[in-house]
Amino acid sequence: MRVVIVGNGMVGYKFCEKMAARNTHGQYELTVFGEEARPAYDRVHLSEFFAGKSANDLLLADAGWYASRGIVLHLGDPVQRIDRGSKTVYSHKGLAVPYDYLVLATGSSAFVPPIPGIEKNGVFIYRTIEDLELIGSWAKRTRKGTVIGGGLLGLEAAKALLDLGIRDTSVVEFAPRLMPRQVDEAGAQLLQLKLEALGLSIHTSKSTSAILGDEAVTGLSFADGTVLDTDMIVVSAGIKPRDELAKACGIATGTRGGIVVNDFLQTSDDAVYAIGECALHREMIYGLVAPGYEMAEVVAAQLGGDEKTFTGFDMSTKLKLIGIDVASFGNPFSCEAGTRTIVLNDGINGFYKRVNITADGKHLLGGVLVGDASQYNMLLQTCKNKLVLPPNPEDIILGARGGESAEAGVASLPDDAYICSCESVSKGAICQAIESGEETTEALKKCTKAGTGCGGCLPMVKDLLNHTLKAQGRYIRNVICEHFQYSRQELYDLVKLHELKSYEAVLDKLGTGDGCELCKPSVASLLASLWNEMILQKGNDTAQDSNDRFLANIQKGGTYSVVPRVPGGEITPDKLIIIGQVAKKYHLYTKITGGQRIDLFGAHLSDLPLIWKELIDAGFESGHAYGKALRTVKSCVGSTWCRFGLHDSVSFAIRIEERYRGLRAPHKIKSAVSGCIRECAEAQSKDFGIIATEKGWNLYVCGNGGSKPQHALLLATDLDEATCIRYIDRFLMFYIKTADPLTRMAVWLNKMEGGIDYLRNVVVSDSLGMAAQLEAEMQLLVDSYRCEWKEAVENPEIRKRFNHFVNAPEEKDPSISFDAMREQKRAKEWK
Amino acid sequence: MTAMETMAWFPACSVDDVPANGGVCVKCGEEQIALYHFTRRNEWYATQNECPHRRQMVLSRGMIGSQNDEPKVACPFHKKTFSLVTGECLNDSECALKTYPVRVEAGRVFIGIGV
Ligand code: SRM
Ligand SMILES: Cc1cc2nc3c(=O)[nH]c(=O)nc-3n(C[C@H](O)[C@H](O)[C@H](O)COP(=O)(O)OP(=O)(O)OC[C@H]3O[C@@H](n4cnc5c(N)ncnc54)[C@H](O)[C@@H]3O)c2cc1C
Ligand code: SF4
Ligand code: FES
Repeated sequence: MRVVIVGNGMVGYKFCEKMAARNTHGQYELTVFGEEARPAYDRVHLSEFFAGKSANDLLLADAGWYASRGIVLHLGDPVQRIDRGSKTVYSHKGLAVPYDYLVLATGSSAFVPPIPGIEKNGVFIYRTIEDLELIGSWAKRTRKGTVIGGGLLGLEAAKALLDLGIRDTSVVEFAPRLMPRQVDEAGAQLLQLKLEALGLSIHTSKSTSAILGDEAVTGLSFADGTVLDTDMIVVSAGIKPRDELAKACGIATGTRGGIVVNDFLQTSDDAVYAIGECALHREMIYGLVAPGYEMAEVVAAQLGGDEKTFTGFDMSTKLKLIGIDVASFGNPFSCEAGTRTIVLNDGINGFYKRVNITADGKHLLGGVLVGDASQYNMLLQTCKNKLVLPPNPEDIILGARGGESAEAGVASLPDDAYICSCESVSKGAICQAIESGEETTEALKKCTKAGTGCGGCLPMVKDLLNHTLKAQGRYIRNVICEHFQYSRQELYDLVKLHELKSYEAVLDKLGTGDGCELCKPSVASLLASLWNEMILQKGNDTAQDSNDRFLANIQKGGTYSVVPRVPGGEITPDKLIIIGQVAKKYHLYTKITGGQRIDLFGAHLSDLPLIWKELIDAGFESGHAYGKALRTVKSCVGSTWCRFGLHDSVSFAIRIEERYRGLRAPHKIKSAVSGCIRECAEAQSKDFGIIATEKGWNLYVCGNGGSKPQHALLLATDLDEATCIRYIDRFLMFYIKTADPLTRMAVWLNKMEGGIDYLRNVVVSDSLGMAAQLEAEMQLLVDSYRCEWKEAVENPEIRKRFNHFVNAPEEKDPSISFDAMREQKRAKEWK
Repeated sequence: MTAMETMAWFPACSVDDVPANGGVCVKCGEEQIALYHFTRRNEWYATQNECPHRRQMVLSRGMIGSQNDEPKVACPFHKKTFSLVTGECLNDSECALKTYPVRVEAGRVFIGIGV
């Protein structure tokens, strides 16, 4: 059977995938024509192109994929004519290919309203990789950007303009509110507030009457007489199905566009099918990928002789803007008589939730979520599967008060509920995979394909995994990886007991197999915490995490950064000059870090020992910026100069930093000392922080900056310096002994039973009777500290490793290159 | 076409130049090849040095190990892992590494490159 597919977009590709899976006896001859130059790519995640994804990353499959499945792919060659009489298609390049069945998957193009001036330079659409390339290069000289259209796509485009550095970006919407098709009035208001907080200007009820400018756009004028200055415009005012080919050969199309199809997805010619965004099914164009995928499946089934029809698909969606949760599902607006609506409008926490419920209160019809869409998956499933609602239906959006955990919610879904609508994976299929032994979301993604589309269902897949494992009594043990059946804490005790000193010895005695990138750095870190030996000693060198192995952080492009320790942030003019000289000599980019020291970026691997030799000769030492180790102890200027300072915070910070420098731990450790409660050193955001009081020092622990900021908690008050240090000794050793790998102190405390009270008992009241031991162990580590860069520089065996080519040590990696930027250099953008 | 593949053996370095259970990068004309000594299994492997994910010349600096007994290397950048035997990416099936045969003779290591 000869099947010709016109269009190699997302749905056309999915159809190929479905057909290839069915083509077990080579019964199909598949030929695909694509107008674009590349094989089908992931348009849904198109915006990630601006976040650094390359065209290749977005590909759904490369050309080799088609070839290896016997699919003939003609790219950059649109079909120009269909002769239905002889059942042949004619392409732009002159190919004539006969078919038994023809599948039109020509998608849609952006609808561009006929506004006077729309043809000017600087007006773009947002549909293909080429569009984004054009936008990206124009954006460089743009200060003001405007998106016409405040729908799902328009908002995504507007966010992309912001991310491209156009701080002054506006959205112009014809309707009186944003996302008029998915979100109701109240929800749209909140959404608008949130977008404005991101920096977007929103103009609703605006009808654009002309685009101003000579050759290039300079502004827009509106029907109400107002004007908006702009240097570029992205039009996102809707889609226009690509039905021109069908129309030209006499296939029926809708009055407002789209190729008319029946429930079998046949067009008015039953040898011709249409799927995806070009198909008009029961007066409806589906501008989403999931219904398109379902259509692909239906046609593949038909051609294979299986009964399957398309009877419509729900249009639930979730906006993909980071930080802004918006979702709408089922019927977001209740219109039928008797429908009940529950609305939760929380002005304080900034969320709006609305659900529409049947008159009898039993079923969910649809709803809108703005500000917090964490219940989206569950609500969508409840709606689609017509699950019976709890007696107090408001519980489904109140969440926490309802008391039912997400995991339990998942349990109530029927087996045939689609968890992943992009790939049509049912709950049953996922549970089956778990039962047959898959234990991680990664593995489930690979074997069921769930979560590989838009990824929105992954939280649900995870809940399902945990729930199923628990239900089967399978214990989710907190082991390090497949090579060690121990938690980090157990391993720490065992390694100490057996006095093991190298990774290989630990693996031989306590593990199985050959190790991996999870257990090697964990064990290496634990060995360093226990014995404090030089980490690059033979045998342990290749077990170190990549950054530790080269004593530097690896950068984009393969160069490294150099961060000398600057205790407490105090540095002499002479040392500043040395840093400047070294940076100039080795062409390094310099920057003041967030940790009160200076980072030198862009060093070639083979220059690292030379650079460090010079720094060490000038009195610097390693700053351990690359290690899971003590980083910086920040200070404020304190009582030596500040009129409010109670004690000398700089001196104390230096003392602390020098005491714990080089200390290796499950994760990095940061600290700070402030001279008074004004807290200029931000000690309360650190793993441990110290603040001067009238009577001494207050000690705070387990704070965190980063992605989930958390304030440190007060552990003890009004301490003298010696006591403060003793408490820190105990506290740090207790953390090192008991935390899981890569767990910062805040998370460690959050998981600790008994929380801060328990911790205070251990550290201050010595409830475990371990205080003396903990202090002694810490003293041992403090006494055995040596600067590992000094040792590396002095050891020819180790120095040898800092070359790019083993057989051409004098040559640098020729693939490394830099761009100039503000009188310095930057790493070349990666592909 | 000839029926038999001819193989040229490129002299890379001596056995001692390669750290135990680690890798080095070998310059072979314009090409960069990552050479690994999997001492624990007493095996040698070679792959392209470029990680296909973000096209970074770093795989020789990656950590080697095993997954269900399959020897693999993890890229230092984003920890994508690749089979050292087939070059296949073990996290997703999109990209794969080129692999090369390795021969050790009298303390010298040779990498097989097609001619
Ligand atoms: C250089 C610096 C940014 C700067 O230019 O200012 C920096 C750079 C990096 N940070 Fe940071 N962080 C820097 C200060 C911070 C701070 C601010 C601070 O320390 O006061 C924070 C928030 C405070 C905190 O950690 O609680 C910070 C929170 C993070 C996190 C998130 C940690 C968390 O628990 O959420 C990561 C990711 C991680 O560690 O897993 C991270 C990871 C990184 C890495 C190592 C990412 C990586 O793996 O490559 C960056 C290395 C860049 C490089 O190539 O050298 N960096 N990073 C700062 C170095 C300070 C220093 O002198 O050592
Ligand atoms: C920025 C952006 C974000 C999006 N976000 C989401 C989202 O979050 N969720 C969601 O569900 N959907 C989203 N979509 C919509 C989704 O991408 C589309 O629904 C999907 O791509 C439709 O697939 P298709 O194959 O029907 O059309 P397309 O992907 O447009 O493919 C059609 C292809 O056919 C080609 N073609 C046309 N005519 C011919 C011809 N005569 N000969 C040969 N080839 C031809 C076209 O060049 C094109 O390559 C988004 C779209 C965009 C642009
Ligand atoms: S916040 Fe830290 S990790 Fe993120 S880009 Fe900046 S330096 Fe890198
Ligand atoms: S560059 Fe190798 S994993 Fe990203």
